[in-house]
Amino acid sequence: MENDRIDQIIDKHHGEASSLLQILLDIQSENSWLPKEALGRVSQKLDVPLTRIQHIATFYKAFSLVPKGRHEVHICMGTACHVRGATRILDTVEEATGLKPGETDLDLKFSLETVNCLGCCALGPVINVDGKVHGKMSPVKTAEALKTYE
Amino acid sequence: MSEIQLEIDGKEVSAAEGMTILEAAQHVGLYIPTLCHHEKLEPYGGCRVCIVEVEERGWKKLVVSCVYPVQNDIIVRTRSEKVDRIRKTIIELLMAHAPDSPQLVEMAKEYGAVRDRFEKDPSFCIHCGLCVRYCAEVAKKNAIGFVDRGINKEISFIPEIAAKECNDCKECFPLCPTSYLQACYVLTQGLAFPSPSVEPTSEE
Ligand code: SF4
Ligand code: FES
Ligand code: FES
Repeated sequence: MENDRIDQIIDKHHGEASSLLQILLDIQSENSWLPKEALGRVSQKLDVPLTRIQHIATFYKAFSLVPKGRHEVHICMGTACHVRGATRILDTVEEATGLKPGETDLDLKFSLETVNCLGCCALGPVINVDGKVHGKMSPVKTAEALKTYE
Repeated sequence: MSEIQLEIDGKEVSAAEGMTILEAAQHVGLYIPTLCHHEKLEPYGGCRVCIVEVEERGWKKLVVSCVYPVQNDIIVRTRSEKVDRIRKTIIELLMAHAPDSPQLVEMAKEYGAVRDRFEKDPSFCIHCGLCVRYCAEVAKKNAIGFVDRGINKEISFIPEIAAKECNDCKECFPLCPTSYLQACYVLTQGLAFPSPSVEPTSEE
């Protein structure tokens, strides 16, 4: 991510140290992860120690300190989805992508995560790819859905 | 600042407003065990061994004395059957992480804590935060911080800053109750310090 763009985001928040979390969230959502250089820039501009930023960036699950794939697959492992076969869906995705939860493939195509209830239990088992919800999934439907992503 | 009158272990104590129970006790020479407390640092309340019993209008509760401000007419007991029992458990829990910490071994003797009561989780660091806070508050280098949270929380040096600052400082080393800090420094030095030839010069 370019320093100029980071500076723009910081300016949008008036360069205030109290907006640190919001600034990190903005960078995360635009870049899909937080590169070390970006954190260094934020630290310098806001005059907040890097140790503090690192603590926050590792504290919240919303942040990633490693590159993410172009497509982020979240599999719901919540109770409702679990009883409707989420484990089999996860197995299918693991099989198709070769990834375990928390991992990203070398081509940066997919990142795989599990979540605990996406809030739409009636659609279970649910997966969410890049923010789009796929409900009532079966292993076959899941494998098909993954094929549509480049 | 108004004076506050309280009782600690049967002794009438006067303290200034805003003082903690620990400070008031230390002021009159009463001993409360501590681990994460350091007079140069802001109160933190991380280790809980300084727990005491406070009685206020007949109600008793347990508080952490290094962060609890003094109040008028409270009765503080730094040791009682209950305080000792809980302090013993806290020491035992900390010992699951750092069984050989000299301070913990010393306290364990006093409170009859059993070193192996809980299953060992040798993370060594007990999250007292002395190193992190000293570096931020006193040395003002911010070379070391915490990362992650809960049971995964760890200390972590920023290699670029540590490479520049730590060798001439190391003031936090003797503060660590477990020697984990030294180990972490050596590991960081061995694995992550930027090699001299590629060290960025523009950083400040
Ligand atoms: S490394 Fe030592 S001083 Fe630092 S937080 Fe852990 S136990 Fe405390
Ligand atoms: S359990 Fe999966 S959406 Fe609620
Ligand atoms: S000394 Fe009070 S909590 Fe550690």
